[in-house]
Amino acid sequence: MTARYAGRKLIGSLLTLAFVLVFNFFLFRVALGDPVANLFRGRNVPQARLDQMRTEFGLDRSLPEQFLLYLRETAQLNFGLSYQTRQPVWEEITGKIWPTVLLVGLSAVLSAAIGIAGGIVAAWRRRSRADYSITSSTMVFYSMPDFWLGMLLLVGFAVALPWFPVGGMSDITSTSGGFDAVLDQAHHLFLPCLTLTLAYLGEYAIVMRSSLLEVMGEDYLLVARAKGLRDVQVRNRHAVPNALLPVVTLAAINLGFVLSGAIAVETVFSWPGLGKATTDAIRGPDLPMLQALFLLFSVAVIVFNLLADLLYAALDPRVRDA
Amino acid sequence: MSRFWRSRPGRIGLVTLLAFVALALAAPIIASRTGLDTSLARANDVPLYASPAEFAPLGTDHLRRSVWTQFVWGSRISLFVGLAATVVTVALGSLVGIVAGFAGGRVEAALMRLTEWFLVVPFLPLAIVLASILGRSIWNIIFVIGVTSWPSTARLVRAQVLTVKQRLFVDRARSLGASGPHIVRHHILPNVSGLIMANATLAVPISILTESTLAFLGLGDVRRPSWGKMLSEAFDASALTRNAWWYFVPPGVGILVVVLAFTLIGQTLEEMADPRLQGRR
Repeated sequence: MTARYAGRKLIGSLLTLAFVLVFNFFLFRVALGDPVANLFRGRNVPQARLDQMRTEFGLDRSLPEQFLLYLRETAQLNFGLSYQTRQPVWEEITGKIWPTVLLVGLSAVLSAAIGIAGGIVAAWRRRSRADYSITSSTMVFYSMPDFWLGMLLLVGFAVALPWFPVGGMSDITSTSGGFDAVLDQAHHLFLPCLTLTLAYLGEYAIVMRSSLLEVMGEDYLLVARAKGLRDVQVRNRHAVPNALLPVVTLAAINLGFVLSGAIAVETVFSWPGLGKATTDAIRGPDLPMLQALFLLFSVAVIVFNLLADLLYAALDPRVRDA
Repeated sequence: MSRFWRSRPGRIGLVTLLAFVALALAAPIIASRTGLDTSLARANDVPLYASPAEFAPLGTDHLRRSVWTQFVWGSRISLFVGLAATVVTVALGSLVGIVAGFAGGRVEAALMRLTEWFLVVPFLPLAIVLASILGRSIWNIIFVIGVTSWPSTARLVRAQVLTVKQRLFVDRARSLGASGPHIVRHHILPNVSGLIMANATLAVPISILTESTLAFLGLGDVRRPSWGKMLSEAFDASALTRNAWWYFVPPGVGILVVVLAFTLIGQTLEEMADPRLQGRR
């Protein structure tokens, strides 16, 4: 990969990041009016104290100065205090990153693996019964709201059949650690993870299937068959590797949503991650929290999109020469 | 139209969709709003969480309201928001796509950078932030969905405009002295409208699903409850742990069936606009 290509992509990402920062600043600082008044809404605070805080926050300065101040605070990960807990927003958030990464990351891997396998079977045996059942079932999962699927699974396997817990990440009693704690967490993880896996695998199956169908008309497969390779060998060595590229891109792009991908599903299962934090912040509304979450979600997408572009170029020489 | 009718998925989708449109239009006839009157229900001794067997046809919720009435009236909101948001999406996306594709140069570069930016910003969090700042009304939801989902349409339309622009009849019109707007209206638009229609139909499911998610997260219009808002209320009223399936199953099925209907219609229109797709389905 040429340094020029990588540099161009990096600059593009930085520009996008700049857009996000400006947008975030205007949306919350300007559109919402006075943050000091918001902070003390409904409480009796002397005017002198309010004025002092406005000076501290730099609200008496010009807009460009305020923007620079905002950039500095953001760079120091200082997003103010949460309206709900009165704790620094960044501290609130850091504890919630791991549960979300665990849940969404695992679901992303599972949905990609199962979806790709399903897409391969469907395309290779096109118009067979397997193709119809894979294509139609993935379409159904793709067409329902993910949180509703979660609700159905919760009622089915946590309420009607009480096999799994109805929510949370662990039982409060099992703080002992060790193997039992891991098992307990896996027990809690099962239903939300199943929900997200089912909800996401459709996209992979559809993309893999159409990509493989396109490759299947190529001459080199005919050559491979003429060489006397068995059907499985033709598929696994010649067809699938050439059809994987769009799926790799899709996977990389989806990784960008590893933080923001499960807002509604986390809420259904009370999973203590960033998604549930978002819903709680909406109910407030807890604006500093929402602002920081939005920034974090955006940065994750930008970083993974950049990685996707670089990966794509590394895998496909035609892209970097373009 | 007859070409559309010959496709079985297209036919199934269209008939299903028309059935739901009829349901929404007939709401005042088939589901009187008195079903939502909680004091009347109490006076009539309607039980809380009555099952469909006790209170036809779909039972009641935690406030003694008829689920059937909510379902029928909710179909109006879900369909309306889905369609209206799609109109905004497609109008914005087509405008940006046509201007960028036709103008070229710096205008195109600037518009495409804007498009790319909107593609990268996480769509649902942006919608959540905008909706919670703008407030919980049906018009804000429509605006938010439209503003956050136009970029993919813009990209698609621009690509199509770029290929149409290369065709000989555009050169001919230009050499005959046709103005830019004239060329767009008479030569570009007719050639991209099929694609725009197909794209619009496929955008409706996304609008409907986004609306339901926003409503579920508590950003729906309280006075005009959609299917998503019903699911949100059912969840908050712990209909799940009470196993009151008649409350949370119908709205979800409604969303699923309408989304599938639009997808089937959209795919059929897409194949008609681009026959090469048939080989890949």
